[in-house]
Amino acid sequence: MSTTTQPENSVRAEFLRGIWESLPFLLVVAPFGLLFGVVATEAGLNLVETMAMTFLVIAGAAQFTAIALMEENAPTVIVVLTALAVNLRMALYSASMAPHLGKAPIWQRALVAYMLVDQSYAASAARYEEAPTLSTTEKASYFFGFVTLIIPIWYASTYLGAVAGAAIPPEYALDFAVPITFIALVAPLLRSLPHLVAAVTSVVLTLALLWVPFSLGLIIAACVAMPAGALTEYWLEKRK
Amino acid sequence: MSLSPDLWIVIALLGLGTFSLRFSFLGLVGDREIPSWALRLLRYVPVAVMPGLVAPLVLFPAATGGEPDAARLGAAFAALIIGALSRNTLGSIVAGLATLYLLLWLL
Repeated sequence: MSTTTQPENSVRAEFLRGIWESLPFLLVVAPFGLLFGVVATEAGLNLVETMAMTFLVIAGAAQFTAIALMEENAPTVIVVLTALAVNLRMALYSASMAPHLGKAPIWQRALVAYMLVDQSYAASAARYEEAPTLSTTEKASYFFGFVTLIIPIWYASTYLGAVAGAAIPPEYALDFAVPITFIALVAPLLRSLPHLVAAVTSVVLTLALLWVPFSLGLIIAACVAMPAGALTEYWLEKRK
Repeated sequence: MSLSPDLWIVIALLGLGTFSLRFSFLGLVGDREIPSWALRLLRYVPVAVMPGLVAPLVLFPAATGGEPDAARLGAAFAALIIGALSRNTLGSIVAGLATLYLLLWLL
């Protein structure tokens, strides 16, 4: 550990920044958790089962997918594999976090992995790109700050949804809170040409591949969009 | 109504599988150096995944039975434009939600 107080201050500052920057996302996570609690209860899960799923999986989209397939009496293997395919993007997130947090202690990396959801991933990736000189400890601290409120609120809102049980009126259009967050996370990145190329590739290919089963179209599209962005960046650099 | 008796198997496997996906690279890479071409690729993960994740949700929302819907399209457009121009995530969320509710109320 360092003898000066400076690094500790900056670690603390990153933690607080993480909490601060997570605040707008609470608006989205809470209704999404509430909705999952309601949907799971209506599908016949009891409180313990609903909460166990939320604690162990923490991945809204995959949880909704699994519940929907179980309601259709799909075989267990199909339920698990389809929901995991929905979560395949998490492996990409993990790879993307590895250069930044790979040197953190193993227990910290395990905790980060457990809480690596779309929002915490995208916010941290943006922060690390904005401040590349941050140390591993500072980067980890930002991540932990960001999830400090998000994750407990995800648990709590699921619980409320499961207990309150009443369906949320569809005119609140809560279904659309999540797409808006994803757009808000990515839009600020789109002002560089390589990022724009990657984003357009991702959209066009995903839409063209909607027929591919198990949501694998998204993964294929992402695996093309990444090199599309990286190569555009490479060519732009070479032209200079 | 009750779901299949395998519910707990689904919960356990899904929990374990999801954690494995999230821990995969973070856990294995550790101290090893990552080649620069891989670093360059990995910087594009957010823009390669999220737009594709969002596009079908915007164009064919489940809440309208998969029919394109003017309020949701308008909200997505507002969030995108404000987010790109202001580079501000909160501003983008607020613009998107405000447009969504305004259009739902108007239409």
